[in-house]
Amino acid sequence: MSDIILETKGLTKHYGGVHALEEANFQLKRGEHVAIMGDNGAGKSTFVRQITGVEQRTRGTVVFDGAEVNFAGPLDAREAGIETVFQTLALADDLNVPDNLFLGREKTKWNWLGPFRLLDYKAMKEDTMAGLVKTGVKIPNIKNTIANMSGGQRQCVAIARTATFASKLTIMDEPTAALGVQETAQVENIVRTLKEQGESLILVSHNMRQVFDLVDRIVVFRRGRIVANLNVADTDGNDVVSYITGAKTGAEYEGAA
Amino acid sequence: MSENSDGTGGLTFDKSKRQWPNELNVFGALILIIVIFEVLGQVLPYMNGQSLLFDTRDRFDTIFNEQRLRIIIVQVAIIGIIALGVTQVIITAGIDLSSGSVVGAAAMIAMSFAQVAEVNGNPNPKAIFGEWALDLPWIIPVLVGLGVGLMAGAVNGLLVAFARIPPFIATLGMMLFARGVAQWWSRGNPVSFPTESYAQIGAGMMPVIIFLSLAVLFHFVMNYTVYGKHTYAIGSNEAAARMSGINVPGHLVLVYIIAGMLAGLAAVILTSKNLTAQSGMGLTYELEAIAMAVIGGVSLFGGRGSIIGTVIGALIIGVITSGFTFLKLGAFYQEMVLGMIIVSAVALDQWQQQRAASRA
Repeated sequence: MSDIILETKGLTKHYGGVHALEEANFQLKRGEHVAIMGDNGAGKSTFVRQITGVEQRTRGTVVFDGAEVNFAGPLDAREAGIETVFQTLALADDLNVPDNLFLGREKTKWNWLGPFRLLDYKAMKEDTMAGLVKTGVKIPNIKNTIANMSGGQRQCVAIARTATFASKLTIMDEPTAALGVQETAQVENIVRTLKEQGESLILVSHNMRQVFDLVDRIVVFRRGRIVANLNVADTDGNDVVSYITGAKTGAEYEGAA
Repeated sequence: MSENSDGTGGLTFDKSKRQWPNELNVFGALILIIVIFEVLGQVLPYMNGQSLLFDTRDRFDTIFNEQRLRIIIVQVAIIGIIALGVTQVIITAGIDLSSGSVVGAAAMIAMSFAQVAEVNGNPNPKAIFGEWALDLPWIIPVLVGLGVGLMAGAVNGLLVAFARIPPFIATLGMMLFARGVAQWWSRGNPVSFPTESYAQIGAGMMPVIIFLSLAVLFHFVMNYTVYGKHTYAIGSNEAAARMSGINVPGHLVLVYIIAGMLAGLAAVILTSKNLTAQSGMGLTYELEAIAMAVIGGVSLFGGRGSIIGTVIGALIIGVITSGFTFLKLGAFYQEMVLGMIIVSAVALDQWQQQRAASRA
């Protein structure tokens, strides 16, 4: 088994004449936490959308878990083991925590009943509790509907969903953009827990402090290209900002931007 | 759940955030309405202290006025069956305006297969088809009625799920179309004289037994099966349901088919009970079914509501209808009050949602 969980080679996406992503070569090791940074429109979200199959790339290859993949849609990616926490929460407000965790992949009994097969509430509740314990998410009452929860709790539920299902790679697109200070701290704690458990993670974030706190490596995008690949230990905030704004370009990426 | 009683974000278990089942509110409203009628029965001078639901006469040793209870539930049972399907459609954030007209069309078509060959020794004067369709076993017209409902529901569902036509418009179209079919079928003539066995389906308390059995069945289906969970999920957040891998269009078609078939079944029971089918049958039933669901706490925005709520909503309508007759008040007052109750139910629901949202 290869040490690399995800690799993209020459990943490119054009929207008509707009070159949103150009020749992105990216590698992620198993258990590694990498942040993707960059200005608005730098290509961060475009990059994520090509990997998760939300959009189809113009050209380039994606190798996931040792095999080249062509996901037709986000469901394919999820089945292959890529869990994505989207900026807009994909939760059903009127359902409770276990229902949301297992939405679309319920544990069932009596499967010969087809669409009317029975839900295995007990097994789903047990797995939910296990998933919440694993991620350190504290929810006062998992039987409450999502509508009655704070933004932080909702985001935690969305993240716990990735931990409940043994995923190989978790992608978070600005998970704390809409949260308050305490809630952000809670989400960051979960990310640390995932790190301890050896989960691979791509974190898209604007928050410099958060990135330096949480990840091993920072990849900077600028104008659709990767312009820097920095180990957190060898860099600092000013350095990263120089790359984001284009004041500096990584040696190996000279002439790219 | 003490292990989850505190957390990183300063979370504490808050009793005030526990959820109160909405059905209890609706049930409370039903009790309140009964109490109002009982009090009016005692207070109004011309009522001479009569009771709506309780047996106050010494001649009988029963507690309840069973005859009135029976009337209350029989009169809401048939529309109640439709409301069970409408409830599921509304929970997906849809609406079904066609059920009343589907009752009309299914009534005419099903009854045409339920006719007897001879009436008082003469050939059936109302026969629609030739001899081949007379004196058939009761199961055939029942299947025909369900089939008509199934087809109407399938068309509704396909229009909503695949042609992306708003449910209001798709089912409005079906409402007009199905009513047209009902009138065209026998050029407006009633279809009468059903077989003995067919007439048994809707006789006596049968509509109530069927209504309550189906209510139990669909309560179970909505709460304990994947079908129910996906129905709530789609109404709650269709985009999330899609992203979670639920086959949203396929599921919507199934929900509309079930609603259509329940309307078809209501048509069978109605024609069996009345021993005739007329093209105007089921007029405004769709609105009464929606009213039952809405009074029962089903949210028109989708995602919230229950079969139990709708059954209680049906009982509320039944009690009000009976109560106004009991107080010897005209039907027009009854409609005014029903109108106000529907609006109040939705207003109350809105208010509660806003309060819950601001607390979270």
